[in-house]
This record gives sequence, structure tokens and C-alpha cells, in this order.
Amino acid sequence: MSSVSAYVNEHEHEHDHKPRGLARWLFTTNHKDIGILYMLFGVTFFLVGGLFAELIRAQLIHPANHVLTPELYNQAITLHGLVMVFAALMPVTAGFANYVIPLMIGAPDMALPRLNNWGFWLLPPAAVVLVFPGILQLFGVGNGPIDTGWTIYAPLSVRSGLGVDFAIFAIVLLGASSLMASINIIVTIFNMRAPGVTMMKLPLFAWSWLITAFLLIAVFPALIAGGLMLLTDRHFGTHFFSAAGGGDPVLWEHLFWFFGHPEVYILLLPTAGLLSHILSAFARKPIFGYRAQVYAYWTIGVLSVIVWAHHMFTSGMPIAGQLYFMYSTMAISIPVTVLFICWLGTIWRGALSFETPMLFALGYIGLFGIGGLTGLTLADAVADQQYHNSYYLVAHFHYTLFGGPIMGVMAAAYFYLPKITGHMYSERAGRWHFWLCIIGFNLTFIPQFLAGIAGAERRVVDYPIQFAGFHMASSIGAFILGAAQLLLVYNIVVAWRGRTEPASARVWEGAQGLEFTLPSPPPYHTFAERPAVV
Amino acid sequence: MNSETGTETCADRVERFGYLARRLVRPLHRSLLNRRRLTLGSAAAAAAAISLPTLAEARNPFEFPTPVTPVAHDTLYVHDLFLAVMAVVFGIGMCVLLYSVIQHRKSRGYSPAAFSGPKTLGQWMVVVVPVLALAFIDYVVMGIPSYYAVVAMANTREDAALVVKATASQWKWRYEYPDQEIAFTSSLSTPRAQIESGSPTDPHYLYEVDNPLVLPAGKKVRILLVSLDVIHSWWVPAFGVKQDAVPGFLRETWVKIEKPGIYRGQCGELCGTGHAFMPIVVVAKAEPAFERWVAQTQNGEKAVALAEEQPLSRNDLLARGKTAYETNCAPCHQITGLGLPGAIPPLAAGQAFTATPELTDKLAQLGTYRDGKIVLVPVDRQLGIVLHGISGTPMPAFGLQLGDADIAAIVTYVRNSFGNHTGDVVQPAAVKSARVQAN
Amino acid sequence: MKLDKGFADTKKTEVPAVASRAGANRRLAWLLALVAAGFLGFGFALVPLYNTFCHLTGFNGATGTAAAALTPVDRTRWVTVEFTGMVMPGLPWKFRPAQRRVRVHPGETAIARYYATNLGDRTFDGRAIMSVSPEVAATHFEKIECFCFHQEALEPGQTREFSVEFFVTPGLPKYVTTMTLSYAFFPSVERGDDRSQPRS
Repeated sequence: MSSVSAYVNEHEHEHDHKPRGLARWLFTTNHKDIGILYMLFGVTFFLVGGLFAELIRAQLIHPANHVLTPELYNQAITLHGLVMVFAALMPVTAGFANYVIPLMIGAPDMALPRLNNWGFWLLPPAAVVLVFPGILQLFGVGNGPIDTGWTIYAPLSVRSGLGVDFAIFAIVLLGASSLMASINIIVTIFNMRAPGVTMMKLPLFAWSWLITAFLLIAVFPALIAGGLMLLTDRHFGTHFFSAAGGGDPVLWEHLFWFFGHPEVYILLLPTAGLLSHILSAFARKPIFGYRAQVYAYWTIGVLSVIVWAHHMFTSGMPIAGQLYFMYSTMAISIPVTVLFICWLGTIWRGALSFETPMLFALGYIGLFGIGGLTGLTLADAVADQQYHNSYYLVAHFHYTLFGGPIMGVMAAAYFYLPKITGHMYSERAGRWHFWLCIIGFNLTFIPQFLAGIAGAERRVVDYPIQFAGFHMASSIGAFILGAAQLLLVYNIVVAWRGRTEPASARVWEGAQGLEFTLPSPPPYHTFAERPAVV
Repeated sequence: MNSETGTETCADRVERFGYLARRLVRPLHRSLLNRRRLTLGSAAAAAAAISLPTLAEARNPFEFPTPVTPVAHDTLYVHDLFLAVMAVVFGIGMCVLLYSVIQHRKSRGYSPAAFSGPKTLGQWMVVVVPVLALAFIDYVVMGIPSYYAVVAMANTREDAALVVKATASQWKWRYEYPDQEIAFTSSLSTPRAQIESGSPTDPHYLYEVDNPLVLPAGKKVRILLVSLDVIHSWWVPAFGVKQDAVPGFLRETWVKIEKPGIYRGQCGELCGTGHAFMPIVVVAKAEPAFERWVAQTQNGEKAVALAEEQPLSRNDLLARGKTAYETNCAPCHQITGLGLPGAIPPLAAGQAFTATPELTDKLAQLGTYRDGKIVLVPVDRQLGIVLHGISGTPMPAFGLQLGDADIAAIVTYVRNSFGNHTGDVVQPAAVKSARVQAN
Repeated sequence: MKLDKGFADTKKTEVPAVASRAGANRRLAWLLALVAAGFLGFGFALVPLYNTFCHLTGFNGATGTAAAALTPVDRTRWVTVEFTGMVMPGLPWKFRPAQRRVRVHPGETAIARYYATNLGDRTFDGRAIMSVSPEVAATHFEKIECFCFHQEALEPGQTREFSVEFFVTPGLPKYVTTMTLSYAFFPSVERGDDRSQPRS
């Protein structure tokens, strides 16, 4: 292997010229640069979204608290949701795809480098547009950013302030960006594989992103269409979502969740793919059930677009609809179980070691397991009458979205940080980060399960005093969880400054895959001549 | 659906399937259904191994509030069953994970195996059986009781002893008993002072209303749900019922409360800034007590209707107006009457206010806004605004919700508070005549 | 070493120049963009699809329209149809059913009446949106003539009677014995847009 690395390195030296300064980042078409931009953008907005979460928890720490006014509180919950989903998680997973997939499949770059550049540079304006009404409000214009909850339900969103218009515009930009990234990833995986990398030899991360990209292409346009209808309802007198003109508010719920439910899997699948690689590396053992996992991804992808209305059991649905969406939702648990079995099969009888990426990967299995199982209870149309819009629901989707994708992103961040920067992070700080995450996270959300079961309503700025204990515990947990994320920032800085121990090409003893045959950090241009995989 | 041919719809087929399922599958499940008292939730609690300090008589934290309707019993049963099954599934998964993490460590010198999939029949069994077991759990253990519960929940299609219509609006409920000709508005009665205080002491803080919904215990009640503005949701945990009210459309649910008592809930769908302040309180009364309440309320409404026409003193109007203002107006216009910058205009003449041109144009048309400042309009115009609302803004039509005396009191109060010193006294009779005039 | 599920080994080979793939990449990218555009169209197509879905399932209480009741009357059972109504903000009307309920045989044509009074000081146009609950009953509820087919105007102080002529089809499942018919009177929104046809 080392001979390959030496070859690439030496070869690259001749024309490994990277542009310098701001121009490099603005005009770059290099997949590694764009990957890094995506990841830094995602981490930045992960912290911004986290800040909103801390504000929410600060407001809820005891009843009749006045940290936020009801207006600011509704804006904070909305922005927390939108930022975490669209500006933190989606860019980060797109960043990993950009950086790692070409290396994994032996491609010199993404298939459409300029499209790649545009795709990324749509994100910062979108983020600015999303929060811009907050700045306008400081100057006395309008009443602040969107405050309808990230679900933007009509007719509340039809009657709300100009924040909704800005949010729709931001979502259209983000959608365009995601669609560009998805098209690029699909074309790259289909057309740019090195000889010998057949589809069924494709690394699982590439497979999982391929299905994610197809899902994005299928469902994001529905949200854009819905957003455009909402805009015309707000300003041009149409009545898509108002009964007065023959429309229906529930139609928005359908459009939103037709996008919104697959969106959960769009966030989840890429990290599920990465998880298999990480478990395999630290178990020093091949991935278990490769084919089964690929088929499970496909099954999840297909099922995810036909179950959306389980988010709407209380909106008034015919019995037939309730039964259909209940049973089809339960069906998703089957391919997800296949994934769990494959993950457990991968570590079973391996030689396990517990560096930070592995800790986060194991945390993923535990926390996402709770998220998945509580999701089964929510699938039940009757019990959902109690769970829906209660804190039980909040706890459930944080177990699936933090316990799954964010834990997966953390694992992947520590896994690839030495590869990307060429230097190790602080293992000690990494372990602290993990354990504080686990403690903080469970302390935040286990009380929320119990509060929800006791009947605590979500999205309320103030609450009856019998829920005070749950909320207090939850807020303390959230502060621990929030503070813990500074350790991630610390570790990124440590590795980036490069004063620590340099990383070897393989980085981890058990790491497999083409990206670990390259030196750390990989040269600016890689695989200009394609490797053959036999 | 084609009326001429009587083609069966999808919903009919489900109902027919329900009949078959009842005949064929129910006996299988009867044993489980009879064992409701087992409280599987406690088993789940033990299995989850999360011990919380619980008082001897305290509610099991893994169970819903004590159910008092057939639907809530079904819901709790399904919830308990799910929780127990989930705890077992999760426990097995974690045991496998922990065993591997403890046993198969590199630091213990464990050398890795090289398999990448099941090979022998035994290995195939190990991976396939859990998947099949989960399918069995999904569709039989949990699927069948869920089926009955769904069908039972939708049962609003037979005669009920009482029909109540609940009309939701930002941020209150209006209840009507069409056959009894009773109607009243139910809004939060927690004093603003408690909310402002920062340390509420009220045991039913945010869970109390001025006029609770009164229902008979032991009788089936159908509840019709409609909304005037955005989507709201009628949720009382002890009833196992949460049903959205969608503006323009009719939704329906039902309850049969098993024992008299006071049951509390909240609006279950984000409906704007007052979402946290829109509780639901139901007082279930035994049959004779309920009948007495109906008779009293009917008489009371007549008495109130008479009293409504009596003129009131200035001080009475101001006192009544302050209370009514704090309940109905302060959620938006604030207790100070200063409104919210950019969204809700202040009520004091001369106050500066900026907002979108859309809103300020509307206000200017009504005459309440000029050159960036609030203008106090004449009494009749102000009455028109309070009675009919301002369409396209959050200002609702209070004419549908409040009586003449309350509106008269509110307008009197506003015209003599927050720095307004008009000295105007508005009598209920003026409101009565305003109702049939200007908009 | 054989590549096995992510275990890779590499060696140098001669490969075609990158440029030759650019055309294929662009073609595939445009194809995918077209697919995305197709799904955008599908998003808009969901609006009529959804209306069809409502009529098929009775969702939102969407009911049918018939020229006349041609079905035989099922005199063996009764169905109670209850009436309610509401006025949406912006329309200063008073609106109420003239009768609380009627009892009909399935297949039998009945007429129900509502009264509306304009309390405003000018003429207002209103449009009634109809909804029937439970959904399973909505699919068996047919209107022959209804004031909700048209926009209605009331002069200041005017009171008018509105009527709906309907029948319940004999296909109504036997377990449905009661249904509720509700009208929501909205201020008229006619602006010449083609979506103003009410659903019911």
C-alpha cells in the first residue's frame, strides 16, 4: 500500500498547485475544499442551532420564566428546527460526501465541479435570508423571523409576518443547493468510479448517499412547490390552503410531510453508511451483511415516501387512512432492524478498541435504538393521540435525529479529522466530549419522555407547574450537552493547528478503503490517474 | 363513490374487514384484553431499569394520566403493551452489544473473526429470526389491539346523549350546547400577575379557565370541532382524545367519561403566541347534577341577558373592564396596553407604532393610525372594531364571544386607561345598537 | 488481496482522459435535473390529486353532487342528519340552521333550511363551505341543490332562508345512524381565479 501512496504523492508534487487566499475558497472547484467548506458551515450552524436550543431551555427552566417573550420563543423553536435540519445536518453530510466519496471510489474529483461550487455558495445567502427578518426587526421593520414552528402549518403561516416569506425563500435556495449536490453525487457515483469498483463493491457510505440523493430529488421539489403555493396564498390571493376558496389547510400538512418524513431518512442514511465503516474499522473485521444493508437502504428509501401522514393522525383522517399509515409505518422498522443486526454482526467477535469515533458509533446504536423503538409507538394511530405534540414526540425525534445523525456525524468527524488535517485530535478531550454528550443528552430527553407521557404540551412558552421537575432536569441536561460541544470545536482547532502527533496514511489500525491508502492529509489533487481496484 | 350503483368505498371495505376481524381474531386477543389490570407499564418501568423516586400513591411515570374514557383505556393498554415490548427488544439488543463490547476487546487479546455474513443455517436463524419476530410484534402483538382501538376511536356515527360544539379561536374555546341553547366562551383564568410573577403558586397554573366545559358522566358525548382562524387541537390526556380543529371544516370526536371529576388539558397544536395560554377544563358531573347545571345555566343566561341591558356605573364598568381586558385583550395588547412592536398596535393615543405597510394601511383606513402614531377613534368606530375584528390581522371579532356588558366595559376601560383620558362611559345599550350597525 | 466490501487494494493502470467523461456527466446531470423538475410538477399535481382523494374517502367531509335521487328508498331504517353552521371572521352575519336535525330513510330526498341575517351596514357576499362528519358518511351524502353551489349576497339588515336538498344513499353502512352537516360561511373571495370553485 505504501508504494501507492508514495506514487500518488510524488506524482502530485508536479502540479499540486492550490490557489491562495480568499479566491481559493470562493472559486474553488476542488472537492476537498468544497467538502471542508460544507463541513465548517455545518459545524458553525450546529453551534447556532444549539444556541437557539439553549435559549429555549433557559426559558423553560421553571414555569412563568421570562427569558424570552412568546414571540421570541416561537421564533427560537422555529429557527432551532430549520437551522439544525437545513443548515447544520444536511451541509455536514454533504461535506463528507464531497470530501470522502471521490476518494472512496478512486475519482479525481466530483463529476461536476463548478456545479459543486454553486451548490455550496447558495448556502450562506440562504442562512442570511433565514435570519435577516431578525435584523430588520431591530430597525423596526416587520416582526422578526419565522415563528410558525419548522412545520410552517397553514393557515398560521399564511397569517404570520414577513419572516415566513424570507424562510420560504431560504428553503428554495437550500433546496436548489441540495438538489445540485444530489445530482452531482449521483453522477459521480455512476460515472466516476475507478475501474473495478462495481456497484456491489461500492463502499456503503457511497450507497447510502446515493439513495439519499435520489430521495432528495424525489421529495424536496414537493416542499418547494408547497412553499411557492404558500407564497401565492400570502400575497396573490390564491387559496391553496384556505377553505374559503376551495383549498384546505391540511393539504399543506400533506405537502410538508411528503417531504418531511423522507427528510428524516435523508439525514439518517448517510450516517448509517458511515457507521458501518467506523464499526468495521474499530472491530478490525469486515462489514457484516453488506448486501443486506444495501437492500435495507433501498427499502427504507422506498417506504419513507409512502408513510408521511403518520405525522397527521390527529388532523382528522378516515379510518382507512389511519390504518394504512399505521401499518406502513410499522413496516419501516423491518429494514431498520436489518441495519441494527448488521451493525451488531459487524462488531460481534471483532477485536474492539474504543477510540472516540468508536465510542460515538456505539452511542449511535444505543440512542438511535431508543429513537427507533419509540417511533414504533408513535406509529400507532390511537396512542399517537396522546404522544402527538407532547414532549414524548420531542424526545422521540431527538433520539432519532441527535442519537442517529448527529452521533454519526460526531463519529465520522473524529474518524476523518486526522485524515483531513493530517494531525491527531486530543483523545482525552474526545472521550470527555462523548461522555458529556451521553450524560447531557439523556438527562435532557429522558425527562421529556416522562413529561410527554404525563401530558406536557410542546411548543409552549410556559407550562403548568406539575411539569416543573421534568423541565428543570431537561434544561440542566441541555446546558451540559451544549457545553460539551465546545470540546468538538477544541478538537477541530487542535487537529487543524497541526502541533499534535501527525496522522499516518491509515490513521486507524483497522481502517479500510481507498481513502486510507492516501497520505494524511491527502494531496490537493488525487487520483488524477485512476487507480484500478481488483 | 357512485350513488347510483352503490359502489363500495375504501372506508366501507375497512369496516367490513373490521367485522371479520372481530369475529376471527378477537378471541385470540381476548385474554390479553382482559388482563388490562396487569399494568404492563410497571413491568416496562422495571425493565427499563430507570428508577425514579416515586411516592407510594404517585402515578407511575411510565403511564398516561388515569384514563376515564373507553378510548383512553384502549390507548393506555396499547401504550403499556408497546412500552413493555420495546423495553424487552431494547434490552436484548443492548445485552448483545454490551456482551460484545466486554468480551471482544482488542485489549483482552481477542483476535478478530473474518466473517462478513451468515453462512450456516444456525447463523441464518440468528439474523432472520429477530426480523421475523419484529414483524410479528408489529402486526400481531401491537397491530391487532391497535386496530380495535382505531375503530373504537372513530365511533362518532351513532346517536349520542349530548352534542357539544367547540369553536376554537386565538386563544380561547367557545362551547355551544345546541339542543340546550347554552353557549359560553372558556378562556384562561390564571391571573396575569401569576404569569408575570416568575414563581407561580397556583396549583392549577395555566390549567384553569373562567367557564369550564360541563359534561355528563357516564353518557356518550359527541364533540364537534371547528376553528375560526388557525389549526387548534382539543386535547385532554385523561380522555385519550386529541383532535385538530381545522378552519372551514368539521371535525368530530367523542367521549364517555366514566366518573365525575375535573379534567384538564391544553390546545395541542401551535396556534401563535398565545398557544401556551389556551387550556381546556372539563367538569364531568353525574347525571342529576348535570341536569341541574343545565337548568341553572339556561335560567342564568336569561338573567344575564336581562342584566346585560341594565346601565352600569362608571366604576363598575371600569372594574369589570379591567378584568375582561386582562382575560381577552392583554394576551396581545399587553397588560400595559403598549402592544408589541411591529405586530400589535398600542391602545394609547399618541403612541408611536411601526409595522408592515400592510398593517399600518389597514389601521390608517380605520382611522386609528396617522403619521406613525396611534389615534383614538370615536366610540362607535371603536365598538365596530372590537365587535367585528380587523380581517387579515390577529384582531378577532369579539362580538361572537363576549356579551354587551363585557364589551362596553372593555371599551370604557381602554378609553380611560394607558394615558387615555376621554372620560367616555360606554353602556351595554350602545353595544347592542352597534352590533347591528357599522363594521 | 481481493476487494471485499470496502477492503481495497490498488494498482496503477492507464485510464482514459477525464475530458471524455465530461459529456456523459453533463447528460446524466441534465436527466436528473429533469427528474427533479418532474417531481416539482408532481408537487403541484398533488393539489387536484388531493381533491380527488377527499372525494373518494370522504376526507374533510367532502360530499357528492347528484342531479336527482334515482336510488330506491330503504324504508327499513332511519338516519339522523344533524345540522350546524358557523360564520368565519370578516363576515358580519348571523347564520343558524332552522332545524336541529331531520330523520330520513336512505334514498329519500329531504330539504333542510338555514337562516342568515346580515348585521353589517353594507352588502356582503358570502360563500358557504360544506363538510360532513363522519367521513364514511360523507361519501354517501349527495346534494341535489345547495346554496353552497353559489356565492350569496345579503343586503344590510336582510334575512334570508337558504336551503339544501339532499339524500343519503342506501349504500350507507348500517352502523352509521347519525351524521352531522356543517357549513362555514366565509367572506366571498371571488377574484376571477379559477380555484374559487368550492370543493363541495
